[in-house]
Amino acid sequence: MKYYTYYPGCSCEEGTATAYGMSALAVAKALDIELIELEDWNCCGSSPYNSIDELGSLCLAARNLSLAEKKGLDVVTPCSSCYIMLDRVNHHLKESPKVKAKVNEALAAGGMEYKGTVKTRHMLDVFVNDVGYDAIKSKVKKSLSELKVAPYYGCQVVRPGPSFDNPENPQTMERLIESLGAKATPFPLKARCCGGSLVIPEESVALELTYKLLENAVSNGAECIITVCPLCQVNLDIYQSKVNRKFKSNFKIPVLFFTQLMGIAFGIDNKTLGLGKCVVSPDKVLAKSSAVEKGG
Amino acid sequence: METHTKSANAFLNEICSIPGGEKIRLCIQCGTCSGSCPNADKMEYTPRQLIAMARAGMQDEVLSSNSMWYCASCYLCTVRCPRDIKPTDLMHVLECLAGRHGLSSKKTKTPIMYQTFSNLVYGTGGMPEVGFMMRFYLKTNPFSAVKMLPTALSMLRHGRLSLKSRKLKPEAQRQLKAILNKAKELGGS
Repeated sequence: MKYYTYYPGCSCEEGTATAYGMSALAVAKALDIELIELEDWNCCGSSPYNSIDELGSLCLAARNLSLAEKKGLDVVTPCSSCYIMLDRVNHHLKESPKVKAKVNEALAAGGMEYKGTVKTRHMLDVFVNDVGYDAIKSKVKKSLSELKVAPYYGCQVVRPGPSFDNPENPQTMERLIESLGAKATPFPLKARCCGGSLVIPEESVALELTYKLLENAVSNGAECIITVCPLCQVNLDIYQSKVNRKFKSNFKIPVLFFTQLMGIAFGIDNKTLGLGKCVVSPDKVLAKSSAVEKGG
Repeated sequence: METHTKSANAFLNEICSIPGGEKIRLCIQCGTCSGSCPNADKMEYTPRQLIAMARAGMQDEVLSSNSMWYCASCYLCTVRCPRDIKPTDLMHVLECLAGRHGLSSKKTKTPIMYQTFSNLVYGTGGMPEVGFMMRFYLKTNPFSAVKMLPTALSMLRHGRLSLKSRKLKPEAQRQLKAILNKAKELGGS
């Protein structure tokens, strides 16, 4: 059994990505990982807060890490935005004693201190590097042999880094997909931006970026896309019909969280994985997965 | 000329005083940031131009431009910058300063979106997504919410809209506010 402090983040807990949280917990359990939720955690503030109050944004993350520091475990989160918001505090504190002093002066107003010792991790990193591809492979109960999957990393899981994979040409998910018995398709734009939260104030900007991603995935033969970020999933899945209207395209490609694909391969039921929450129906993924039961 | 140099230093010093802005003086104007940016074509000034203007002391032109508000925080410029100046962080610093000087661009709704989002995080410690969207549309263009209706209905049908959101315990809430108030007072933004 491996133990981690778990930081679900707002989207995965109660927001648009509850299916990500549900499937991450179910897959972690199958892999003998115990996720202990951080008590009293607060929102990471995401990129909006650091555009309004930079020091405050560092403090939002530092309060969470200060709580986690007492537990002595690595903090793991499935959300790419939460991941970099937490992770960047450590970099800032290490690089600048001045910033460290300021952050701790603010934390002291709440009776807290952060020394900078907590390791922050993304769920993908923990699954493939702590558990490992072989152990993941050994849990596969259903064959996905014919499924062609585009691995979409987006930005913040590998950038600014240094992270567990290459910032522009990551490979982690390709190996994961192969371990699950599916086929990873080439996806040149796999680490390019979907537009993120700009989809709210500047919808057309985000739709254009999302269109390029969908087009790139589909033209390379993908039958589904997997993502590691709540907001990427929203843009590629929920806004797919808007992309189709704007660009007169006809995409109908399911977009799953990588944990949902792992769960399907592990034989975890659809409801636990929140598959009904996908706006573009994942039925064709499920049809391929149920075709063969591996090893009886 | 002398005044210009002085104000350039004041603006640069202000940029350098915020975490992430410290390295602006190291820029060699190679343009890798602009060439990497997925949204540079939407910006009044590209990231490289913005840095040159900031160093020339063009405070008002820089802070009232729409440029930094089109940064989607993809960090491609940051990993490619040969001088390690972290242009993404720099964009966030300029956004913070635009707010501080009351110059945030009116040509994009992004500043209002960020402010609405941050107010809720400050006020609740969580992110009530539905409440956030409603506040944003009320502040910008309530009629544009009508266009969002099909999307909202589809989200509702798939269980993607939740009225529940994270609520901190009262003591944790008080603690967080005390920390954020102190951060504001220390002025790193």
